[in-house]
Amino acid sequence: MSRLKILALLPLAVALSGCNYVVLAPAGDIAAQQRDLVIISTVLMLLIVVPVMALTVLFAWRYRQSNTAARYEPEWDHSTKLELVIWSVPLLIIVCLGALTWMATHLLDPYRSLGRISSDRPVDQAMAPLEVDVVALDWKWLFIYPDYGIATVNELAAPVDRPIAFRITSSTVMNSFYIPALAGQVYAMPGMETKLHAVVNHAGTYRGISANYSGAGFSGMHFNFQGLDDKGFDAWIASAKAAGGSLGRAEYLQLEKPSQNEPVRRYGTVDSDLYRLILNMCVETGKMCTSEMMAIDAKGGLGHEGLNNTLPLAYDKYARRGTALGGEPTFVAGTCTPEAPQGQTTASIKAPTDTAPLLGAGLKRPTFTPLKSSSFFLGQRPKSDS
Amino acid sequence: MSPDLLKLIFGRLGIESLPLHEPIVVGTFVVVALGGITLLAGLTYFRLWGYLWREWFTTVDHKRIGIMYMILGIVMLLRGFADALMMRGQQALAFGGSEGYLNAHHYDQVFTAHGVIMIFFVAMPLVTGLMNYVVPLQIGARDVSFPFLNNFSFWMTVGGAVLVMASLFIGEFARTGWLAYPPLSNIGYSPDVGVDYYIWALQVAGVGTTLSGINLICTIVKLRCPGMTMMKMPVFTWTSLCTNVLIVASFPVLTVVLALLSLDRYVGTNFFTNDFGGSPMMYVNLIWIWGHPEVYILVLPAFGIFSEVTSTFSGKRLFGYTSMVYATVVITILSYLVWLHHFFTMGSGASVNSFFGITSMIISIPTGAKMFNWLFTMYRGRVRFELPMMWTIAFMLTFVIGGMTGVLLAVPPADFVLHNSLFLIAHFHNVIIGGVVFGAFAGVSYWFPKAFGFRLDPFWGKLSFWFWVTGFYVAFMPLYVLGLMGVTRRLRVFDDQSLQIWFIIAAIGAVLVLLGIMCMLMQFAVSFLKREQLKDVTGDPWDARTLEWATSSPPAGLQLRLHSRRSRQ
Repeated sequence: MSRLKILALLPLAVALSGCNYVVLAPAGDIAAQQRDLVIISTVLMLLIVVPVMALTVLFAWRYRQSNTAARYEPEWDHSTKLELVIWSVPLLIIVCLGALTWMATHLLDPYRSLGRISSDRPVDQAMAPLEVDVVALDWKWLFIYPDYGIATVNELAAPVDRPIAFRITSSTVMNSFYIPALAGQVYAMPGMETKLHAVVNHAGTYRGISANYSGAGFSGMHFNFQGLDDKGFDAWIASAKAAGGSLGRAEYLQLEKPSQNEPVRRYGTVDSDLYRLILNMCVETGKMCTSEMMAIDAKGGLGHEGLNNTLPLAYDKYARRGTALGGEPTFVAGTCTPEAPQGQTTASIKAPTDTAPLLGAGLKRPTFTPLKSSSFFLGQRPKSDS
Repeated sequence: MSPDLLKLIFGRLGIESLPLHEPIVVGTFVVVALGGITLLAGLTYFRLWGYLWREWFTTVDHKRIGIMYMILGIVMLLRGFADALMMRGQQALAFGGSEGYLNAHHYDQVFTAHGVIMIFFVAMPLVTGLMNYVVPLQIGARDVSFPFLNNFSFWMTVGGAVLVMASLFIGEFARTGWLAYPPLSNIGYSPDVGVDYYIWALQVAGVGTTLSGINLICTIVKLRCPGMTMMKMPVFTWTSLCTNVLIVASFPVLTVVLALLSLDRYVGTNFFTNDFGGSPMMYVNLIWIWGHPEVYILVLPAFGIFSEVTSTFSGKRLFGYTSMVYATVVITILSYLVWLHHFFTMGSGASVNSFFGITSMIISIPTGAKMFNWLFTMYRGRVRFELPMMWTIAFMLTFVIGGMTGVLLAVPPADFVLHNSLFLIAHFHNVIIGGVVFGAFAGVSYWFPKAFGFRLDPFWGKLSFWFWVTGFYVAFMPLYVLGLMGVTRRLRVFDDQSLQIWFIIAAIGAVLVLLGIMCMLMQFAVSFLKREQLKDVTGDPWDARTLEWATSSPPAGLQLRLHSRRSRQ
């Protein structure tokens, strides 16, 4: 067995020389506290794991068959005292670890706004956190800075020692927003918003990734996160503004199409309502936002009449295209939109943008043409103009 | 034929469904086809079809069905391991601008298939096979409660495996990861047939598993020999009972959640779509309500095997039988209260996360108690280092590491930095290989003489053991390290050149495991050739105490039954 243990230790020995153990040596206070928790829990458990491994080797060796000098008691199979010990020692460790877990989970809840900048500095209440809206696209990251009116793709920057408040969502499939040097990850989910509070303590450039597989371009879905001093951050904002370009609804609909290994892009201006529209899945004009839908439903909904407000159109990124059975794809039309505040008849609403399928799993398009299911099985139905 | 008629018959199936553009797949197909033709020709030449059909394929004998499950598990292990080798190769090569040798379309199928095959068609058949073979013998029953159903369950499992294998050559397999989270697995983002293969393979095999679970529960509850009260059952039978209770309670959840996903895909419902009130996260919850009990379904029988083996090869009664049984039952119950620890990062809030984190940790208490029970079974014993005992000691040393990293991952804030990383991958391979696979191998070498009447050759067995154990450590310890560097799972290409050395070490480990697998196949072949030398005439080659060793090797039950059937005809 000793050979086995040496082999197990070998990587650790090599590990201590060089290499970037970002999880063990992060640059942000939240990640540092999480690192501390990893180490404390490991040490707590080693208290029992090491003796168990040592005893295994010891007993196996000492009571080997050839060692006839060792005591042999084939009928000994119970000892209440020993049983108490072997149940209570793990129990004690878990009690300690459980208490630690409860406290740390509440303290390091990603939704909780920060209480400190670093171990010796409380948060300055006068300083508002930097707000960043994060959108996971297929397969790139969009960052919107609502306070500065800029947006970037695959590049994120924040001033050192200023709390950052992330709001995170996704346009299509689930991803996980993770900057190992800054703080633990949180899922980015379509139609839902998660939050993360963090702070970076050391200037530098760190890697950000998606930590949840999201399709063909997943490997290239990373970005650089820069921790900058205040002056550097202002210069970065200014350079983004100077980059020109604007991100409105139409540009976003182009941007969200699947693409891999995207270069950094900056937009000097951004539609201030864009993040809300993305979150509510109504960037396409004419679609009802889910927040409105939920508000209507909370009041009791539209009943059967509501059916009249669905349009035969691909929706949810044309999700139902290709279903063999069932109705034609539909979407819920907005009852009023910024373009037509008084509402418009559903007949006049145009199909949102183009209907080319977006494929999250892979870029390859299927070569078959799907059955026109409703006409095939259910008889003719008015076609949309898509 | 008119195009319409062709479409009615073949639907989407066309010549483009054959992956002719993938040289790796075409090469594999050629080899598999040649192997298959040789096998079929051999069977015909030696006139084995009738024998196989009557004595094996249609048998209702639990022992033969158990053996067929084991063969299925080992065959599928070869496929699942080939996938593992391909992944290790790709990740060792794809650095510094290199795309490796697998494109995303192929690579994403490979890791999905690897996970699905290893859990559903390797681990499950191995565990079910051992339970099928051993449990009725251990409780002194003639067979399981419903022998025909047992055969049916087996062939359902085979059906699922065949579907997964067919997807390699016709169409494609899912590119979603082994649990096929929507919306990625829904029709919008996976419009091709991969996820359909996935759904149908798991549905078909899942029905088999559920029925087999019902069958074994009935067997254990109703068919124990006179005098065997519950607290006199061997520990392996106890763990089998708990496992089958878990199967019956959790597999229906899998069936339903996959049925809902099918409805989304085929009928246009909105259970797991982004829009129309669908909730993809509900799928994640539901599938883990099955998925977490599933890991205990796999590992509990392994715990039972280790209990039998430790007691036998220490020449002692098992220490703390009663607490062992209670520990098993506690694990069974707790395994339903921990599913959310697979997605702490979903943002459930601190109190919910703490609850599930702490319940997960509590499972380590009964598990730790079991570990101590095995330790004190060796204490003041006479430990014989036969192959089953070697696997057991390797398990004890390996599993505590996996257990430790597992409890670490159960601390939510620690999970935030390690979730989905290669640290997680290392953790669950640590417990699944170190627990389930080592357990299955201990069980195979332990009960092989009972099943076939001769022992396995120890030389090749020990060689296989050392390759497997060192290979495991060399392959997975680097992944722990990589996880601490913030490297996530399922990546196809890397740009940080400094990581490459770790992936190369891991690939070497995979090759060592390959040698271990080849030595194991060699062991079966050599043992068969040397069967006269290795013959077991006593029926109890290990000086064991449970009931199955009181029969001859192999047990004669089948012959008796065949005679009675012939006499009726």
